[in-house]
Amino acid sequence: MSTDPPQSGISRRSFLIKGSLYMASAGGIISCTNPLVDRKKDTAGRIVGSNWKAGHLLTQPGGASPKETERTGILIVGGGIAGLSAAREIKKKNQRDDFLLLELEGNTGGNAISGSNAVSPYPWAAHYIPIPGRDAVFVRELFEELGIIEGYDSKGLPVYNEFHLCADPQERLLIHGHWQEGLVPQLGMSERDRRQYDEFFGAMERFRKARGSDGSRAFAIPVDHSSRDPRFLKYDAISMGRYLADNGWDSEYLRWYVNYCCRDDYGCRMEETSAWAGIHYFASRDGTASNADSHAVVTWPEGIGWIVKRMEKDILPHIRCNACVLNIEKIGDELAVDYHDVRRGTAGRIRAKAVIYAAPRFTAFRTIRFFRERLPSYAASFGYTPWMTANITMKGIPEGKGAAVSWDNVSYHSDSLGYVVANHQDVAARREKTVLTYYHPLTAGDPAAERKEALQRSHREWSELIVRDLSRMHPGIEKDLEQVDVWLWGHAMIRPIPGLIWGAARQEAMKPLEKIFFAHSDMSGLSIFEEAQYRGIIAARQALRTIAAG
Amino acid sequence: MAYALLFSVFAISTCGLVYELTAGALASYLLGDSVTQFSIIIGVYLSAMGLGSYLSRYIVRNIISVFIEAELLIGLVGGCSAAILFSVFEVAVHFRPILYSLITVTGALVGLEIPLIMRVLKNRFEFKDLVSKVFTFDYIGALFASLLFPLLLVPHFGLIRSSFFFGIINVLVAFWALRLFRGEVIRPRALAAAGGVLLFFLTAGFIYSEQILHFTETLNYRGNIIYARTTPYQRIVVTREQDSLQLFLNGNLQFNSRDEYRYHEALVHPGLQAVREPRNVLVLGGGDGLAVREILRYPGVNSVTLVDLDAEMTKLFKSHESLVRLNGGSLNSPKVTIINADAFVWMKTNNQRFDFIVVDFPDPSNFSLGKLYTNTFYRLLYRALRDGGAVVVQSTSPFVARRSYWCVVNTLKSVGFETTPYHVYLPSFGEWGYVIGSKRAFRMPQGFLAGLRFVTPETARLMTEFPPDMGPVETEVNRLNNQVLVRYFEEEWSRYVH
Repeated sequence: MSTDPPQSGISRRSFLIKGSLYMASAGGIISCTNPLVDRKKDTAGRIVGSNWKAGHLLTQPGGASPKETERTGILIVGGGIAGLSAAREIKKKNQRDDFLLLELEGNTGGNAISGSNAVSPYPWAAHYIPIPGRDAVFVRELFEELGIIEGYDSKGLPVYNEFHLCADPQERLLIHGHWQEGLVPQLGMSERDRRQYDEFFGAMERFRKARGSDGSRAFAIPVDHSSRDPRFLKYDAISMGRYLADNGWDSEYLRWYVNYCCRDDYGCRMEETSAWAGIHYFASRDGTASNADSHAVVTWPEGIGWIVKRMEKDILPHIRCNACVLNIEKIGDELAVDYHDVRRGTAGRIRAKAVIYAAPRFTAFRTIRFFRERLPSYAASFGYTPWMTANITMKGIPEGKGAAVSWDNVSYHSDSLGYVVANHQDVAARREKTVLTYYHPLTAGDPAAERKEALQRSHREWSELIVRDLSRMHPGIEKDLEQVDVWLWGHAMIRPIPGLIWGAARQEAMKPLEKIFFAHSDMSGLSIFEEAQYRGIIAARQALRTIAAG
Repeated sequence: MAYALLFSVFAISTCGLVYELTAGALASYLLGDSVTQFSIIIGVYLSAMGLGSYLSRYIVRNIISVFIEAELLIGLVGGCSAAILFSVFEVAVHFRPILYSLITVTGALVGLEIPLIMRVLKNRFEFKDLVSKVFTFDYIGALFASLLFPLLLVPHFGLIRSSFFFGIINVLVAFWALRLFRGEVIRPRALAAAGGVLLFFLTAGFIYSEQILHFTETLNYRGNIIYARTTPYQRIVVTREQDSLQLFLNGNLQFNSRDEYRYHEALVHPGLQAVREPRNVLVLGGGDGLAVREILRYPGVNSVTLVDLDAEMTKLFKSHESLVRLNGGSLNSPKVTIINADAFVWMKTNNQRFDFIVVDFPDPSNFSLGKLYTNTFYRLLYRALRDGGAVVVQSTSPFVARRSYWCVVNTLKSVGFETTPYHVYLPSFGEWGYVIGSKRAFRMPQGFLAGLRFVTPETARLMTEFPPDMGPVETEVNRLNNQVLVRYFEEEWSRYVH
């Protein structure tokens, strides 16, 4: 079906990358434990969130002078998907195990961090990965390694472990008081809307198959495998909103859907999103499988946290958590990395032959001495959206009129992105309790203002907003809610505004700085798992080459 | 005035017996075993009447007032008795004490009335005439009630409405007496007001008795509910219709004891008979123990593992007298191990291998149940099956839901099972389908155990014949990530039902 959009499974992919270190000004922890039954009382739950106190240390560079100095071959800064991928690559290629990974948080994972309670594990952000296409070689290799891909059929199509493929029903949308299957609005649509859907999804399908004059796919994952044909790159100059308007697509429903997708994947409204990025969302997926359709995604109750746990298993001895990197500078032939041990309150220095900087780029402007002294020209182009995510534990399951409760549940009438049922993958026939992972990119205003406002809200204020939104989707749900835990992401994901992806900034940002190699999905302009993993592996290879060359 | 009072004896007696019969009928509906229930109810009622008669000696003043008060009370207690009993049955832990208390109160009040009337009338008749007249009206009233009850009231009014109706009659008798003895009653206005309130209340009950009945959900079932409980997983209702029992889960019929042997013989014997030396059998679902009953007919089977989600369900079929009689006490057999767990979750961690596996889940009417019909689940079955063994899957109606049925067959095939589809006719369900899955080619057995009522070599041969209107169709494989079976099923059954 050509008009079938990439079943927004794609959504939330954006979260993949760790921003925690540099969520810096993100959340604090506010606890309260009253039961939620009485609305006058506070909602049980708390604000969790990345280590903002430690992150704030970055604003006071320097810090205490280290007592001891260690040495390592390669030092990785940041334990999100990029950092973990880099570490695994080094582990595979470097028999001497001569590397270390520093992570600010108590756990690795970054945007793929997860938690759990008595009901279910749950993600704090990144929830799923679409099945990889031809270009996403690294993702496929990882999937084979982890048993997500179990083998290949006679046609060469990957056979997926069906416990990992997102269980049906996948998505539903609440619109005009009724839940419909799928996220593309169908109820109340006119002939005109339908025609515009056909045109839009037809165009996306043509982009999906399109190749540029250089023979590359127009919109590929990794982004850097995409064609450089100006025919496609020109879309990076305008916004997705403008692209729709230029084509005369003014259907309210279509515009809602496209805007939803931009917010879901990029944390930007479509007026702020590069049209190239917007189209990429719809046109980049070319995954195939023996036992799933091309829109399929893999997911787990704890989201990508499932993968994180397996990625870090082999490299656990090399990982040092609670380590806030404060300063990186060149000393002789080596790089000195100063960090603060957040838990012990001690300072440390590591001298490395090379550094892989796998934390969000905005933090590098504070930690790397060279950047502190001379802010790079592209610094202003790297903007980040704040997000609020919540995990909500409830009795029973959130039913509703119409389509059955699905993995992803969205309301047409809400500013939030709706919720994912964390225990959707559970095979048990009955569920007594459910964990809902609720997503809200704070896109209403300027990111800095939104970030500030988000941090000022108490847990009670946040949970009231969440409960109000949920009860509009499910009248009476309040009485079933048991706990609402909130996570504030100050810098959740890079904003692919027009010009970021194919302009000078990103090209500039990709260049290594002496023996510092950068690895983060920021460098792709899209905060998705595939990009983070790709950047991590590429940076690891560069670093290994540099060391080998002496 | 004397004859008016004698007529009230007739009315009181009729009402009293109606309440007694209502309680007896309700007790047999709800608790089963009508002989015992009726016998106890009659005993309690009569002895309560005796108690009332005895107590009447302590009433020395205001006889008329007490008579009217008692009449109003009978109207209240008796009139509401059926509605009360229906409503508390599902929620009360101790149903019987409530039942017997109501009967005792009604009986005692009725028992109080006759002596009181006799004392009122004692100066108007000679003693021999008085006794003769009072008891004549009393017993005629009883005859009237006992004919009225089965012929008119139960079939046309139903129990709840009948008892409200007779409650109204009691109140009207009280009003009549109030009028007859205007001068002799103390506080006539208070009594009249109380009567008015009662009359309003009982009339409302009479008018809304359908709603009350609906509330107690009895209308949803043709038979009489003898057990009802909401467990964390489902609503279990057992009904009795004449001599047969029916089990409903969430309102859907699971079996009718009139023909369940057809279903369960057909479920178990074709597959199990074909397995050589079966010892370990697994039953998934089937907490009613009826499939287990059939399995235990094979003396070589020394272990049956039953995995059913709902502990209330297996407990019920281990302990309820009528139900244990039906399943032959199969769940209490020392060979049977009951595991109350989710079948999918249990199968994921199971390492045992079985000679025969019965998969008897509810139809795939929602996504939760649909998971139990997926290739992923069937792979777990395959892993748990001994090489020479067989699994059998109940798989909805190939007539009503043809694509659903063949989807189950095709899904079993997709994971490597050799499949043998077959179907039988069940009076309660219509055409019903099963599939046998095996690792080697399967042949229907040529002989079956003696004593089966339905499965024979001849019927078994017919089972595998599919007429063109139920024949194989192409379907997708049902997977966790597409749940096509639930969609087929919903479409096919909704077409059939509407």
